[in-house]
Amino acid sequence: MAATESGRQSLIGLRIGAFGLMVLALIAAMLFSIGAGRFSVDVPRIGEILLAAILNPDAAPTQMDERIVLLVRLPRVLLAALSGAALAVGGAALQGVFRNPLVSPQVLGISQGAAFGGALAILFGYSGVVLLGMAFLLGLSALVLVGLLARINGRTEVITVILAGMIVGALFAALVSVVQFVADPNTSLPAIVYWLMGSFSTATWPRLWLAVPGMGLGLIAVWLLRYRLNLLALEEQEARSLGVNPDRERWYIFTAISLMTGTSVAVAGIIGWIGLVVPHAARILVGEDHRALIPASALLGAAYLTLIDTMARTLTAAEIPLGVLTALVGAPVFGYLLRRHFKETNRT
Amino acid sequence: MIGLEDASVSFGARTLFSGISFTVPVGRSMAVLGPNGRGKTTLLRALLGFQPLVKGRRSAPKIAGYVPQHGASQAKLSGLDVVIMGRAARLGLFGQPSADDRAAAEEALAEVGACHLTELRYDRMSGGQRQMVLIARAIATGSPALVFDEPTSALDLGNQSRTLELLNMLRLRRNKAILFTTHDPNHALAAADDVLLMMPEGREMHGTVAEMLEPDKLSELYGVAMRWVDVPGPTGETRRAILPAFAGIEAA
Repeated sequence: MAATESGRQSLIGLRIGAFGLMVLALIAAMLFSIGAGRFSVDVPRIGEILLAAILNPDAAPTQMDERIVLLVRLPRVLLAALSGAALAVGGAALQGVFRNPLVSPQVLGISQGAAFGGALAILFGYSGVVLLGMAFLLGLSALVLVGLLARINGRTEVITVILAGMIVGALFAALVSVVQFVADPNTSLPAIVYWLMGSFSTATWPRLWLAVPGMGLGLIAVWLLRYRLNLLALEEQEARSLGVNPDRERWYIFTAISLMTGTSVAVAGIIGWIGLVVPHAARILVGEDHRALIPASALLGAAYLTLIDTMARTLTAAEIPLGVLTALVGAPVFGYLLRRHFKETNRT
Repeated sequence: MIGLEDASVSFGARTLFSGISFTVPVGRSMAVLGPNGRGKTTLLRALLGFQPLVKGRRSAPKIAGYVPQHGASQAKLSGLDVVIMGRAARLGLFGQPSADDRAAAEEALAEVGACHLTELRYDRMSGGQRQMVLIARAIATGSPALVFDEPTSALDLGNQSRTLELLNMLRLRRNKAILFTTHDPNHALAAADDVLLMMPEGREMHGTVAEMLEPDKLSELYGVAMRWVDVPGPTGETRRAILPAFAGIEAA
């Protein structure tokens, strides 16, 4: 007993160490991102500026570096970090519910629905709250459609949800093409295309505050449901025998995911692959227990997207679309995961 | 107590069983015997409330300690974490297992003699070890009913023996209603008080082990001749086993 007790102690110690490192990595990534760019600011100066702003929040920034840090880079870094956390947690939660490490928020068609909503908003010349509202509403309607399609004889099976998600995703992807087809090639079409590729270049404080409620609520909901995710990863019948209602509880998770996905699509377009790559890394670090996996995915996702966004705006003179970078990293990782997954399933 | 009253289940035009009634009171253990495809698993599903009844009623506690054939198969969690899941019904939607739940899970592992599996990862366990963990999880639910889906079918002889000993130990405590399905009538002899026979053509009969485990009834059940054989026990006493006609052909 003493041996297992000390074993557990050292395991808990390892976990705390891993989380400490992840928090440090996130802080380092954010500081680096605030400092990096055509106008670089060193870390002590960033500290000074942030401290002054916290102590005296009403004073308007006057210096050039103060204005860049407080008005341009800080909201952008915070938005990237928040979106990264939301997308990664959404992926981790979805993979738990489907018992499959290869699914991601695009699977349910939410991203495509949200993209259609956003594209529609841009087509009619809207931005800001309307765009966010449209993205969220159509992301949610994609989810409801999936739910209606997948509910057969009063029960919802995992495989029918995946297939229904593919159908709904294809439908909304086609609708996005329709919007692009009818959009004005001189004005709204480039805006839609660039927005769909994903970018934080338009990040401002108001835009950050727009994103906080949806992403924050979604993150808190998944965090509260983290032990439920362990139970939902069991076989359906087994979970029910333990007093879990998988049909209903899955939809709580799905709603939280669509809230986060819809919001992130609205503020930054479709940023793919985060929900796939980050939870995989988190699993290697802390294991499959969602009580550790969810916070680890949030921290790593925030740091990862912050760094990717920094690369997007500093590597070349013009900004590289985020979707391009995340896909360049994500696709090879996905290929590797796919091979490993099927090697493992074939072995057992 | 766990049981069915005048219960029927059918899939479309096919009726698996109709008007079946039996009860397992707390303190007794019932084995369910029947040929493949006769509906043993469906009977369990109906008993646990996963399979809607066309007619009739089921009586079961809100949570029954259910031991599936292949449970938690992908869980990369420790044995203890799998057992703690048995406490899920006591946690709210947002609840986290407490120190009490952990203690109850450790106690359940001790009860089945599997303390050594506490830290071992479930996906790295052998079939026999997983079975022990799943039984501990069923006990950890605290339910007065335990339901086993073919607890011995995937195990080698040594693990079958250990599982049957455990089933018998749980039976002799007389504080649970126990029901298990099996393919081997000798397993019913080893660990049950009562037997439910799911005969061909939709008939069922149940009674005590002595009443039900007869060569005639079992021959009809499986469509193969059955007979009693005397077997010397480990201390020289005579035991009896019931075997099909094909047993021992080569040795004769």
